[in-house]
Amino acid sequence: MTRLPAFSEDVSNLPDHAFGYRSLTWWGVIGFMVIEGTGFGLVIAAYFYLMSLEQYWAPRPLDPPGLVAGTLFTIVILLSEIPNTLVKRAANAKDLPALRRLLPLMVAIGVALLVIRGFEFNALHVLWYSNGYGSIIWALLILHTTHVGTDLADTVVLAALMRTAHGETPRRFVDTDENALYWRFVWLAWIPIYILIYWLPRMFR
Amino acid sequence: MTPRSKGRATKREPVLRDGPDLTGSDLEERLEKTWSRPRGFIGWLASVDHKEIGRRYIFTALGFLAAAGLLALHMRLQLMFPDNDILGPSAFNEAFTMHGTTMMFLFAVPVMQGVQIYLTPIMVGTRAMAFPRLTAFSYYMYLFGGLFLWAGHFLHFGPDNGWFNYVPLSGPQYGVGKRSDAWAQTITFTEVAALAVAVTLVATIFKQRAPGMTLARMPIFVWSTLVTSLMVVFSMPAIALVSGLLLSDRLVGTQFFNPVEHGDPLLYQHLFWFFGHPEVYIIFLPATGFVSEIVATFSRRTIFGYPIVVLSLVGTGILAFGLWVHHMFATGLPRVGYSFYTAASMAVSIPTGLQIFCWIATIWDGRPRLQVPMLYVIGFIVTFVIGGLSGIIIAAVPLDLQVHDTYFIVAHFHYVLIGGAVFPLLGAITYWYPKLTGRMMSERLGNISFWTIFLGFQLAFFPMHIAGLMGMPRRVYTYPAGMGLELPNMLSSIGSFVVALAVLMFVVNMAASFRRGERAGPDPWDAASLEWATASPPPWYNFAHIPAVESRAPLWDLKDDLPVVHGLRVDDRELLMTSVISASPDVREPSATPSIWPLISAIAVAVTFIGSVFSPWALVFGAAPVGIALTAWFWPKLPGPFAEPQIT
Amino acid sequence: MTRRGLIVCSFLLCLAACSGIQTPLGNSGADDSSFIRLFVTFLVVCTVMYLLVVGALAGALANRRRLLTVEEGTHHESSPWIRRALIGWAALIVAGLVGLTIASFFTDRAAAKRAMRPQFTVKIIANQWWWDIIYTTPDVSQAVHTANELHLPVGVEAEVSLESNDVIHSFWVPNLAGKQDLIPGRTTDIQLLPTKTGLYRGQCAEFCGIQHANMALAVQVESREAFLRWIAQQRRAAFAPTTPTELAGYHYFTTHECSSCHSIAGTPANGQVGPDLTHVASRRTIAAGALPMSSGNLYGWVADPQSQKPGNKMPTIGLAPNELHAVVAYLQRLK
Repeated sequence: MTRLPAFSEDVSNLPDHAFGYRSLTWWGVIGFMVIEGTGFGLVIAAYFYLMSLEQYWAPRPLDPPGLVAGTLFTIVILLSEIPNTLVKRAANAKDLPALRRLLPLMVAIGVALLVIRGFEFNALHVLWYSNGYGSIIWALLILHTTHVGTDLADTVVLAALMRTAHGETPRRFVDTDENALYWRFVWLAWIPIYILIYWLPRMFR
Repeated sequence: MTPRSKGRATKREPVLRDGPDLTGSDLEERLEKTWSRPRGFIGWLASVDHKEIGRRYIFTALGFLAAAGLLALHMRLQLMFPDNDILGPSAFNEAFTMHGTTMMFLFAVPVMQGVQIYLTPIMVGTRAMAFPRLTAFSYYMYLFGGLFLWAGHFLHFGPDNGWFNYVPLSGPQYGVGKRSDAWAQTITFTEVAALAVAVTLVATIFKQRAPGMTLARMPIFVWSTLVTSLMVVFSMPAIALVSGLLLSDRLVGTQFFNPVEHGDPLLYQHLFWFFGHPEVYIIFLPATGFVSEIVATFSRRTIFGYPIVVLSLVGTGILAFGLWVHHMFATGLPRVGYSFYTAASMAVSIPTGLQIFCWIATIWDGRPRLQVPMLYVIGFIVTFVIGGLSGIIIAAVPLDLQVHDTYFIVAHFHYVLIGGAVFPLLGAITYWYPKLTGRMMSERLGNISFWTIFLGFQLAFFPMHIAGLMGMPRRVYTYPAGMGLELPNMLSSIGSFVVALAVLMFVVNMAASFRRGERAGPDPWDAASLEWATASPPPWYNFAHIPAVESRAPLWDLKDDLPVVHGLRVDDRELLMTSVISASPDVREPSATPSIWPLISAIAVAVTFIGSVFSPWALVFGAAPVGIALTAWFWPKLPGPFAEPQIT
Repeated sequence: MTRRGLIVCSFLLCLAACSGIQTPLGNSGADDSSFIRLFVTFLVVCTVMYLLVVGALAGALANRRRLLTVEEGTHHESSPWIRRALIGWAALIVAGLVGLTIASFFTDRAAAKRAMRPQFTVKIIANQWWWDIIYTTPDVSQAVHTANELHLPVGVEAEVSLESNDVIHSFWVPNLAGKQDLIPGRTTDIQLLPTKTGLYRGQCAEFCGIQHANMALAVQVESREAFLRWIAQQRRAAFAPTTPTELAGYHYFTTHECSSCHSIAGTPANGQVGPDLTHVASRRTIAAGALPMSSGNLYGWVADPQSQKPGNKMPTIGLAPNELHAVVAYLQRLK
């Protein structure tokens, strides 16, 4: 039976973009964060599983990872939330000039973090192929590094976009807002990983 | 501020919107232009239309089903007689590994996701999936993963250690060659594809439902899609992780699973089964969604106990994550811990038992018509429940320790997977075939195929319970004479050929009906949900106007007209977002146009993944092309001359 | 109905299987009788539930004749008693599952209690595709080393400790007990209490590579006296060769390839990679159940193991005919 349309609401006056959970891509970003978060959770579970097989952690005669690079990384990434929040606010306010200043700053911070991360790998005092302990802390560090790297790539693209005509489209502000949200996930995930890599191997000797 | 294109004077054309002024064939012509894709081969490759991608998924999955089925027939020929020599041990081990891996990763999950991709937008009343290009990308990842696995099989580096590929057998010391790497990397492809589709489905269901379709008014199939997709999101990272750890052990020498260097083989099993158990419910729950839809339509009443069915889906989805150790009862973990998993494994049958009650109650209080889809539902109940009950048996540790890794288990999981997923799938294909193609499948041939597969299945798989109880372990390429295994194996082998014949008849029915089936209108079955409100097959744009609903069974509760909202753009792709719980109209968002970049990205990712099987440097060098392809994919198109004033 | 017929048939088949040598239904071990009790309990409860479901479905379909005359438009109505039936059904399922879980728990606990009083130990080390069996004693020089054949005294609880040299295997002698995996890097254990004498068959039950199908174990349960006689005989050093052919075989064995993998107590052959062959001729099978023990099979195996059990770790050496005769003659001496 062909049904005749009975017109009810007119939706043409609805906005054509929205921030936060009203935006479709927000759900995509959240979905991605849940997936990656689950992945992190499972690696952390594997970490505790391997730890339960050991008497000492880090297993003797290994030294725990050096604290300097890791703590420096932690401080920088936690402080980076300040410009990150400024980015988020500017995006919500659709403040293009502010974003054109702040996004390159976030790119620079990302690059600096990756450099510090290189020093961290050097300071682990164990190689990934030595034993289960070495394998799991390298795994944790590599996984987190890929997230820093991909978010950096995303920020680079956004910074470039904001300098073109696209910068004036409202949807790009939504994208920037969501990228800043994702950065929060990246440093929040780092906190437990930092403790697992640098502090637990000092506590069970 | 009015957006301007660089250098050109902005020509502001009036924005066309659908409504009382623009309706009927005039509207349909313009919508067709906006929502169709370029003709030709490149246009086909660049398609982002969910109906086209859903069909691709289904056909590709059926192709893999046939390939895995042929392997099964080959194995059954070998096992028909004791001490047979049709397949030697090496070939047989490859056969059961490829059979299991293909069925689980390349058929069962993709076919369910394919149907979900096809049906979800038209069931919730929208024009496209939430992330159309991501869906296109997922299909290509799935296809490339499947082709990689089978290329490996034909080139003699296919996996041969069983579909779960346990360490240390699959590890660097005993897993010689690239076989386990091929397995692990195929997993990576299919898991990326499945996760991407799952996120897309969740976003579509939460944000794009028709106005008025509150969560409590969604079709049960949409609920099952939502629950399944959330299960995918929480379980698939485990298999991605474990296959990654395995590749890492094999390629760069990590020690995750090496007991000599502070690793543990059981870590592999825990991570694998943390995924593996929810996986089977990821396959089963969409099938229960099919059953609910078919039972309602063919009983001519809404499903009895809608809230109970929904809660059962959610309950099963959650409980499924707490059962995985029941696959490890023989590994010597503490017995007191096992008791918890026995209780949980028993408990998970409660929601399913309630769903079965609701289906039967629907039939009882309805006016059932025994057409082919309904026959498959009956076959499903009669068969799946046997599998579920054998599952109760093996939930008990003392019983499982005898029948674990024997043909009793093989019987159990085929009863729940074929009875519980394939039968509903065949019913669903028959049911929605008219919507996909505009024609009906042959009822007579459908009847014959149903009875053939139903009876053939019992003949093939029931005797396996006996074979297991008489001492036949799994994954053996032969068995000795004189142990009483000859008769059950012979019956199983005969039955398997009957099943193959039935599947062939079903496929012939699908193919022949495409040209010669009776033509079908929008709603040949007199069903209740929104997909039956549009033409068969639906146009590119799904619905001329976005429908609004007021009940769970819109097409039964409305008279001759269909309430619709209006005001969406016609000259550009625009979707209506509604709020999550009450589905009131909220935002208009653009929908992605066809693009070749998902395919190029998938190729870049595939080259990186496949290369990494041979050298870990591939991951480093592959990152650049992948990054470029992804950037091109997401690069926004310039605002066109139709740009409208901003609304703030 | 065909369903019920199939269930009856399966019972009959099961009864036939009771005489099987590799079945949990044989009732020849202490764990087995509790298995059968528990299994039948589960089977009865599950069959009742199944008949209820199928019966209700049949009733619902039969019902349709009655409703053919109902008017259009009644898409949503339900009989009032169905809600009560749903609650009853839920209660029945929960009660059934709780009962079965409790039955399972008590069976498990009884087995665990029984397992606390083993009277002797056997160590089994699984390899790709054979079983290394060591009857341990406090005095190491008295330990008995054999392969692929396990003897147990009836009525005596044995503690079997399980290890693996390579990949995961699973020790399974269904007539005596459920299975237990052998996992590299850890030691698991299982307790066996045979209650009936007889010859049984076990088999590896975890896929372990190309010849997983041919990794069987002969298990002889015998009276205490017979067992002690067997152990004493196994403890003896190998019989010395008597005929010239046997002597030539001994000579070949201890100076060529064979001794790099195999050991024979009381001779210089001390290989640790393959099965101990000190009393190989007293065993029932060759190559972990791949072939029954016989002269012809022994010839076939020694001449070309790869054709008998393709992919196994014993290479085909290509012995000359006189070497083959000599080696086989010597092996047949090792009773």
